[in-house]
Amino acid sequence: MHLTADEQAMLDGRDGPGAQLAMRVQVAIGEAFDAPYMVPVERTHVALSNQEADLWFAEKLAAAGAVCRVRPTVNPSFNWKQFSAITDLDPADLETVKRTHDAYLKLGAIMTYNCTPYLEANVPVFGQVIAFSESSATPYVNSVYGARTNRESAQSALTAAITGVAPYYGFLLDENRRGQVLVHVDAPMATDFDYQLLGYFTPRQTGFQVPVFDGLHHPSREALMNLGAELNTGGNVAIYHIVGVTPEAPTVEAAFQGRAPEREVTITQADLDWMREELTDPYGPVDFALFGCPHLTIRQVTTVADLVRGRRLAVPLYIMTSSLTYSLAEKMGYLEDIRAAGGEIFADTCMDQPCWKFLAGKKGVTESPKCAYYTKRRNMSFVVTELERAVQAALEGEIR
Amino acid sequence: MARTFTCHKIADGAATGQVLFSRDDICFYLVDPATGCVIEDHHALFGQSIAGKVLVFPNGKGSSVVQADGMYQLAKTGMAPAAMIVRNADTTLAASAIIMEFPLVDRLEEGFYETVSDGQVVRVDAGAGQVEVL
Repeated sequence: MHLTADEQAMLDGRDGPGAQLAMRVQVAIGEAFDAPYMVPVERTHVALSNQEADLWFAEKLAAAGAVCRVRPTVNPSFNWKQFSAITDLDPADLETVKRTHDAYLKLGAIMTYNCTPYLEANVPVFGQVIAFSESSATPYVNSVYGARTNRESAQSALTAAITGVAPYYGFLLDENRRGQVLVHVDAPMATDFDYQLLGYFTPRQTGFQVPVFDGLHHPSREALMNLGAELNTGGNVAIYHIVGVTPEAPTVEAAFQGRAPEREVTITQADLDWMREELTDPYGPVDFALFGCPHLTIRQVTTVADLVRGRRLAVPLYIMTSSLTYSLAEKMGYLEDIRAAGGEIFADTCMDQPCWKFLAGKKGVTESPKCAYYTKRRNMSFVVTELERAVQAALEGEIR
Repeated sequence: MARTFTCHKIADGAATGQVLFSRDDICFYLVDPATGCVIEDHHALFGQSIAGKVLVFPNGKGSSVVQADGMYQLAKTGMAPAAMIVRNADTTLAASAIIMEFPLVDRLEEGFYETVSDGQVVRVDAGAGQVEVL
């Protein structure tokens, strides 16, 4: 792999052992994918997680003196101030949160604690080369904006942020962004939730190939957020196109870069109905509602506030969102409405965190299949349904 | 007679183990670190242990965070696979294997998938670009 004099110097240790380790990882990835050289990255987002491997690697780099050349935004952990008010936190978990925070701060990260940076804090433009981890973020920035990133892991996004470069391969190249499977969507797709089902189902038909959706009209940004999150939960999809919607797919021909689709598949309402059955636990009484994987937008928070205003929830309702949306909800009175009904909004928090231990063994309702998937390790189970129906379930304490 | 297949290194290292094929993609987070068993519902390897095996699978899957942590936990408990052979390497899987030092190769020579079956013992040498059936 060809390196510039600057990159070679970093690899040789000029900028210290932290930068050297980061460059070693970047070069190993480059060699694994036969990249000819590195290219500068203009934006980075790291999926900070507080998990042991995350803390281990961030502390290792920070202790070795690494500092990010391209300062990344970061994923949520949990808001210990808010959680210590409602549950007993394990001091060990609190310690992990603080140590992770300190390590990332030392590395030069911007502590946004938000998994939807592409909507508010770290928004790329068309054609920009970036290194984004976070499974809902990668498809969004590639597909909806036409920015260029590989499906970075939390660690490789961090080493890209430190070195300021990424190997030139994969989805940074025009030819690998070409659509491969034409997916005819033969369903009304009336709600944002239908995009969750479509996202989870599609990889069963398209596998590792780049899907091009035809038949989707005016999806909301929440619908696109859902679609990307589930494509990358049900499968491994870093980029997709929607004919007439996303920038690299003004036409079917453009999406396939003038070539014929390798395959065509049709996804029907019956497929989505089957997926809905697969993803949900049986209906019945629920103990709580949990929303915000990915973080709810202000539009979605409005939906919840409108449904619960002046009413009393039968079971607790929890919303996870960004600190910006939290502060908007506060200014706009939604936070007060939701609290008065018996709910709560958490800033800077992810569902896959130890702060939710108090829900272990309980059955919730959520709008997010991704939330239901990753919380299996935490012994939580979920009825998965539309946001509006899930709020209704929390008001009644059961879903029929 | 030993048969050797060429392959391409993603993450360096060499190890020997019994081959375990997975028809389904692997998310290391949904492998129990205590037992090495796959805990993902409906998975082809549900309930089977990947510990010490040469795990052969189509793709990695799951979020950008959980592959590395899944591997980290398995390494900690000694329940990690000995080595991994993948058909389609994505960045998350490759970077996680490189950082966690799990030997990982792809681009197996023609015939590997047809010849080798579950339970056979192979030696994967990523650096040398070889998988040898013992």
